[in-house]
Amino acid sequence: MKLTEEQVRYVADLANLALSPEETTHFADELSQILTYVDKLNELDTANVEPMAQVLFDVEDTATMRADEAGQTLPVEVALANAPLSGAGHFKVPLVIEK
Amino acid sequence: MNVATLTIPEIRKALLAKACSAEELCREALAFAETENPSTHAYLHLSPERALDGARRVDARIAAGEDPGALAGVPVAVKDVIVTKGLRTTCASRMLENFVPPYDATAVERLEAAGGLIIGKTNCDEFAMGSSNENSAFGPVRNPVALDRVPGGSSGGSAAVVAQGTAVVSLGSDTGGSIRQPASFCGVVGITPTYGRVSRYGLVAFASSLDHIGPFARTVEDAATLLRVTAGRDERDATSALAPVDDYPAAMAADVRGMKVGLPKEYFAGLASETGDLIAKAVDQLKELGCDIVDISLPHTDYAIATYYIICTAEASSNLARYDGARYTFRSPNSGTLEGMYRNTRGEGFGAECKRRIMLGTYVLSAGYYDAYYRKAQKVRNLITQDFLRAYEQVDAIVAPVSPFPAFKLGEKMSDPLEMYLSDIYTITGSLAGIPCMSVPAGRTSDGLPVGMQILTKHFDEAGMLRLARAYERATS
Repeated sequence: MKLTEEQVRYVADLANLALSPEETTHFADELSQILTYVDKLNELDTANVEPMAQVLFDVEDTATMRADEAGQTLPVEVALANAPLSGAGHFKVPLVIEK
Repeated sequence: MNVATLTIPEIRKALLAKACSAEELCREALAFAETENPSTHAYLHLSPERALDGARRVDARIAAGEDPGALAGVPVAVKDVIVTKGLRTTCASRMLENFVPPYDATAVERLEAAGGLIIGKTNCDEFAMGSSNENSAFGPVRNPVALDRVPGGSSGGSAAVVAQGTAVVSLGSDTGGSIRQPASFCGVVGITPTYGRVSRYGLVAFASSLDHIGPFARTVEDAATLLRVTAGRDERDATSALAPVDDYPAAMAADVRGMKVGLPKEYFAGLASETGDLIAKAVDQLKELGCDIVDISLPHTDYAIATYYIICTAEASSNLARYDGARYTFRSPNSGTLEGMYRNTRGEGFGAECKRRIMLGTYVLSAGYYDAYYRKAQKVRNLITQDFLRAYEQVDAIVAPVSPFPAFKLGEKMSDPLEMYLSDIYTITGSLAGIPCMSVPAGRTSDGLPVGMQILTKHFDEAGMLRLARAYERATS
């Protein structure tokens, strides 16, 4: 599987990741190598295999649903403490919609 | 007392006999860490106030005649991807350089409740992505056994502090080998418990279907003690298991005579070198201890790396989407527009390996490729897991190398990411299956470099794994 620089730019857009032209060239090469390697999975016939989305141990070991009860949450000012910019109880970001 | 070689039982004995106070011991441990750390850069930052506060609480409990807890006065280091309330947690990334978490991870809460003292946060690969600790945004860790070599990764700092003696035990995280491989490279014990055995609440997410928290220690018993304290159901992590936690230190005292130990042929083919010789010697030792050695096959081993690097990058690309400049401390100065803020914050905040994995993960999840890559990999993951489940119908434990080679030199493998990925071959399979696995020291090469033996058992059989490790340790020390 060979990835072109145009494809790299497309994927970087999907990932919201700014890449320099050098990084783009570099990743086209590196990701192509890695994708060529992972193509080896196609040697296996998996038509009748279930995908494993969770680690397979007995279900009773992970009865994962808890009661839907309100608990303690972080106070707003604590949740905002790591924000680069905040105000009036909100995270602040650059202007999106003009007034 | 020599802080560099202390064990948990020695500390307990000294404190209960009032030979020293927890505060005195803690001050000594902090001073030693301060002096020794510059040579390895294993700690990113020390936390003297928090540790000393804890030590004074332990002293008060002892003075009041109360049980001070299973980790009373024990200096513990915590990998800097595990959050600590009020104590900077950076994930070794520029992105979180100034992040101060508003809560403690469950594992941290539990170890402190048991009297453990957090003396610092350890260096690691950025967001736990790497096999050499060279991907830290704050500089690599050096292996205390050989300073020109890597400590392994991604929990390189957590392995190094225990090897160097600047902590008694530590917590790391493992997604594809990030506890076992550095334990092997630094000559200490490292445990990746069953998936779900230790709550991941407060572990900064990398690949959620694979992430584990686990202990490092200089002895099997100390690692078992830290595991026991941190393990068990936690309401705040829906994937944490309900299965009861065994008394690991007690369970591992038993004999291993008659235990069936499998050697997977796929792990030994092509393992020339001293690593192979040392593991063969360790297997002979297990035979002498009365284990039945059985040859087995795990036929899908060869597909593990491809499977892993699809699943882990896909999940990473999703988990790392939250670092967008809005919430987590770092925002690019070039954030004139919302889109610019997202793109530039991520472009400037993440290092090369994170970007590589975000790119690969985004690609394999993108429209038209999901079935060909992610779903295909999940299916092969099932085949790899079935290999193990079938093997455990025949054997009680599996023994294998941890890494094809001992610690390599800094810089040696940085230019070729694929080659670095391939070096994870022996640890990734256990991670994909979610079974407990560990590295136990199995001697040193002629250059004096440590080599670890890997022990893998079935889901939730940490007790069996530790029993075999302890028997081997007893026979060889």
